[in-house]
Amino acid sequence: MSNIHVNATVNGDEVGFLCDPRETLLDCLRDKLSLTGAKEGCGTGDCGACSVKLSGRLVCSCLVLGAEVEGQEIETIEGMSRDENLHPLQEKFIEYAALQCGICTPGILVATKALLEKNPDPTETEVRYWLAGNLCRCTGYDKIIRAILDTAADMREAS
Amino acid sequence: MQYYTPKSFSEAIEISMEAKGITRFLAGGTDVLVQLRADIVTPDVLIDIKKIPEVGDILQNSDGSWRIGAAVPGAQLNEHKDLKAQWPGVVEAMDLIGSTQVQGRATLVGNLCNGSPAADSVPALIAAGASVTVVSVNGSREVLVEDIPHSPGKTVLEKGELISAVNLPARNTNGGDAYLRLIPRTEMDIAVVGCAVNLSVKEGIVSDARISLGAVTAKVTLVKEAADAIIGTTLDDKALTALSLAASAACKPINDKRGTIEYRTHVAGVLAKRAAQIAYKRARS
Amino acid sequence: MALDDQNKSNFKFVGTRPKRPDGIDKVTGRAKFGADSYAAGMLHGAIVRSPHAHARIKSIDTSEAEALKGVKAVVTRADFSKDIKFTSGKDSEDWNVLENVMADDRVLYDGHALAAIAATSALIARDAVKLVKVEYEILPHVTDVDEAMAVGAPVIRKGAPDKSVPPGLHENVVSYYESGHGDVEVGFQEADLIIENSFKTEATHQGYIEPHACLASLGSDGKGELWCTTQGHFKFQKVCAALLGLETSQLRVTASEIGGGFGGKTTVFIEPVALALSRKTNRPVKIVMSRTEVFRATGPTASTSMDIKIGMKKDGTITAGQGTFRLQGGAFPGAPGGMTAMCAFAPYALKNVHQIGYSVMSNRPKQAAYRAPGSPMAAFAVESVIDALCKKLDLDPIEVRLKNASRKGTKASYGPTFEEIGLVECLEAAKSHSHYKAPLKAGQGRGISCGFWFNFGGETAVSLALSEDGTVQISVGTPDIGGSRASIALMAAEELGIPYDHIRCTVADTATLGYNEVSHGSRVTYATGLATIKAARDAIRKLCKRAAEKWGIPEEAVKWEDGHAIPSGPNAGDFEPLSLKSITEKMGKTGGPIVGHFEATPEGAGVSFATHIVDAEVDPETGKTQILRYTVIQDAGKAIHPSYVEGQFQGGAAQGIGWALNEEYIYGSDGRLQNAGFLDYRIPLASDLPMIDTVIVEVPNPGHPYGVRGVGETSICPPLAAIANAVSQAAGVRLTELPMSPPRILAALKAE
Repeated sequence: MSNIHVNATVNGDEVGFLCDPRETLLDCLRDKLSLTGAKEGCGTGDCGACSVKLSGRLVCSCLVLGAEVEGQEIETIEGMSRDENLHPLQEKFIEYAALQCGICTPGILVATKALLEKNPDPTETEVRYWLAGNLCRCTGYDKIIRAILDTAADMREAS
Repeated sequence: MQYYTPKSFSEAIEISMEAKGITRFLAGGTDVLVQLRADIVTPDVLIDIKKIPEVGDILQNSDGSWRIGAAVPGAQLNEHKDLKAQWPGVVEAMDLIGSTQVQGRATLVGNLCNGSPAADSVPALIAAGASVTVVSVNGSREVLVEDIPHSPGKTVLEKGELISAVNLPARNTNGGDAYLRLIPRTEMDIAVVGCAVNLSVKEGIVSDARISLGAVTAKVTLVKEAADAIIGTTLDDKALTALSLAASAACKPINDKRGTIEYRTHVAGVLAKRAAQIAYKRARS
Repeated sequence: MALDDQNKSNFKFVGTRPKRPDGIDKVTGRAKFGADSYAAGMLHGAIVRSPHAHARIKSIDTSEAEALKGVKAVVTRADFSKDIKFTSGKDSEDWNVLENVMADDRVLYDGHALAAIAATSALIARDAVKLVKVEYEILPHVTDVDEAMAVGAPVIRKGAPDKSVPPGLHENVVSYYESGHGDVEVGFQEADLIIENSFKTEATHQGYIEPHACLASLGSDGKGELWCTTQGHFKFQKVCAALLGLETSQLRVTASEIGGGFGGKTTVFIEPVALALSRKTNRPVKIVMSRTEVFRATGPTASTSMDIKIGMKKDGTITAGQGTFRLQGGAFPGAPGGMTAMCAFAPYALKNVHQIGYSVMSNRPKQAAYRAPGSPMAAFAVESVIDALCKKLDLDPIEVRLKNASRKGTKASYGPTFEEIGLVECLEAAKSHSHYKAPLKAGQGRGISCGFWFNFGGETAVSLALSEDGTVQISVGTPDIGGSRASIALMAAEELGIPYDHIRCTVADTATLGYNEVSHGSRVTYATGLATIKAARDAIRKLCKRAAEKWGIPEEAVKWEDGHAIPSGPNAGDFEPLSLKSITEKMGKTGGPIVGHFEATPEGAGVSFATHIVDAEVDPETGKTQILRYTVIQDAGKAIHPSYVEGQFQGGAAQGIGWALNEEYIYGSDGRLQNAGFLDYRIPLASDLPMIDTVIVEVPNPGHPYGVRGVGETSICPPLAAIANAVSQAAGVRLTELPMSPPRILAALKAE
């Protein structure tokens, strides 16, 4: 089969690309749209480094085919900050040293933003379980969780 | 690989009847894509069912029963307050699969059709007495969930057949269901043992029960002896012990990288007790 | 490096917690890791790997693969240097690396590379790999360390043992280490209680979330560019040049941001292959490993089999310690048998101690360093026995360790005499920590353990260039694997007396600096930091010289304070202080660009100790363990950026938790790896762990101007034992095999 032409919206922008039916959304974001923020850590949906939002749902982009996103809306890490302002989560992660090597960071930020949109007041346990599919090998998660709980509190206060 | 997006079940059936080579239906893709990436199964024909009307709907019929479309992801089930209130065991079983991200895509039908003996949602569906609607060139028919698995990795479905929906019975007011599994970490693992219990309680006594075990037999089945052990009891310690023994006795597990025969057999008994206690509590509240 | 008399103790910048310079790039997804680079005309490489644990290659037929549209080249061992010869022992490392990068006539483990393909897309390359037909003659294999040493075990490679190995051992034993002092037999006689036990640990993987990835470009003129994720691009330059028959300086290597290494990215795997494919196709070639390939064919740590015997008096004095450590490191020399043996009793001042370490080969991937190689396993064994002795004699575990602790002046178990060390301080901090006193419920247990690592110096070169606007750029040659760019900028800020934000630290490519050893051995903050301080002082000397010339006074009459050149005393003259910027903005006219630099192999790396406290609960019906509470106490010498020191403490502890409870390489009887993915190779999840508390102890290392000790590795040394001790207490039965998975714990409970 020849390549499939896909039209979608990424971070609010209309995009189009050609893909082999076997290519994943992750492959397409990275190799065709130059959006390399989503990472392939495992290719099997076990690590969450490829997390994006697809039509409002948090998903692993390695478990979605490029062909499947025709007409859909995708949000990636690249769309998280507005203009020159970082999202509060991004600011807090830097401040709290909630990242070391940073490879899992985009996935965790995308996943956490999705959590706080759904539940602005999560408990520590709820945050940990929501992020169970986002592996981090460097930090032991401690500073990540603290950054998230603190940001959630800030965001609740600001709203 | 040829990728198709039929707009109706009859179109999907037609494509699959004519397909040459390995054919897979695609709903959530959380098994199909993993197998594709790992070179375990490279479909020649991939039929994406998500553009078919109603596959993404959860409907409650007038008699209280439920119809869950084949492409409803676990996250959507978990967000449905009424379904979750009535069938918490089914919803929590599905919810345990993978991560939040996997939940955004994975479906009950996909979990069933992947044919893994360790599938989490299957014991819960069987315990609930669920059925699936199978569509083919011959029309549609209802099949009990426990009659779908054939052997590890295989279902009884033939070429040109696919499942359009999962049907859950109406929940009786004095009933409750629960699903537990044992995994080494807190999330993300394949069940080493899974146990689903669906029971009804009348004046403190278990009036009927359906118990199903996962990951301990070649295909997920109903364990009648385990149910018999608690029917007519108040789920006292004696009944729980009998339940535990019956559950362990029903196991025919394997040794593999996730657990030993001895371990699975023992834990099946432990989980059966614990799941029964949760279902009992839910039935009475 | 000798003690420097300009050492500081009042810090203005060091010890603060500014934002790291790569923070914004990493939280926005802009940071470029190994797989994030693309080049015009780029091809994709994929590797053909053996499905057998041990086999002779009879033939490789690539004709069908080459006929596939889009395939541009195939490489095999024949495409690499023929000048690299095999010899036994350490001098053979280039040969060992080459043999691992691409098999010759035998494949030695499941996943061993034997050919590679470049094609116009990653999918075509992967499809082509499946079309390569290899004829194998399967040979017997061995994967267990004890079995590999036993009579009759298949020989992995003839002639591999080095001179250290005594006669009478199986040819798979390639290296032997023995040391100690005193007389352990006398020591055991003096003991009131002797406990002997054997322990096993399985191989684990560093588990970095970023798979190996590179983009290589190599022309027929021998000039090449390599972009790769690595802990040491200078080493990769050297090794790739050797394997490809290139002159080192003609290959320029740039290190990408690295998505985790922990020792596993200190050696090449796919980089020489990408270069070979590029040379053959005259196009850039990108190779990205899949997760399965990472597990099968990179460098897990060694698996071990250990015997420990310790004698203790009723008052807690350890009278003798004896350990035998057997480690397999895959089908190549390198298992850290020696280091394991050296670390085992290092925390204790023993009159009688004796240790032996065997490094063994088996049909497994070539092991690589994993955070303090060998030390965590040694601690698991030794600290478990000490724990058992304390319990039997009803003694407090921290008091016993304090009683026997190594201190300044102690003759270490492995030979040298310790200088200033912080073990006692760590133990005291543990003793007084609220965690140690917190009550436990039934079914819960508490374990403590000490841990030790040597830390290293290593070749280092740093260049510090001043800009006309008074800001500073530092070029270092050690990839940033833990936040070191921030720490280096802090140290430079401290010396120069200018704000941290005016300093940018960059990891420069191999063409920019002299040789830098790999970022490993917890050496970066120590050695690159020391070099940065020296380079800053070099720049300061030059700045002061310019000021002196401007003022017409001798150089010695100018000193540097708070970012300014000032006269060193009233006799020097009365001049207004000159800021760094005021000197640099004119430097083109006053003598030229001002750059400080420093090159050396510093030798004052200080050893570091740690004590961990952990509480665990075991479900007696399922054997499942929950970690309830964890505290890391470790000597950092001087914490330059405390947040990143804490991060190292927490990260090492988390890896230790995974190693202790769930992580292991599972081989079938066919010698194939069964769990080559994150589904069944189970690393800790956010939901598995509690918060990890940290206490930074600071006993300055005299070998560094600010007292820095490396911190990255020691944090993984105590957890295996601390958790084993906690679980053993919670479950009521001693576990001696890792991981302590639920089936193992349940089986141990049932056996009781």
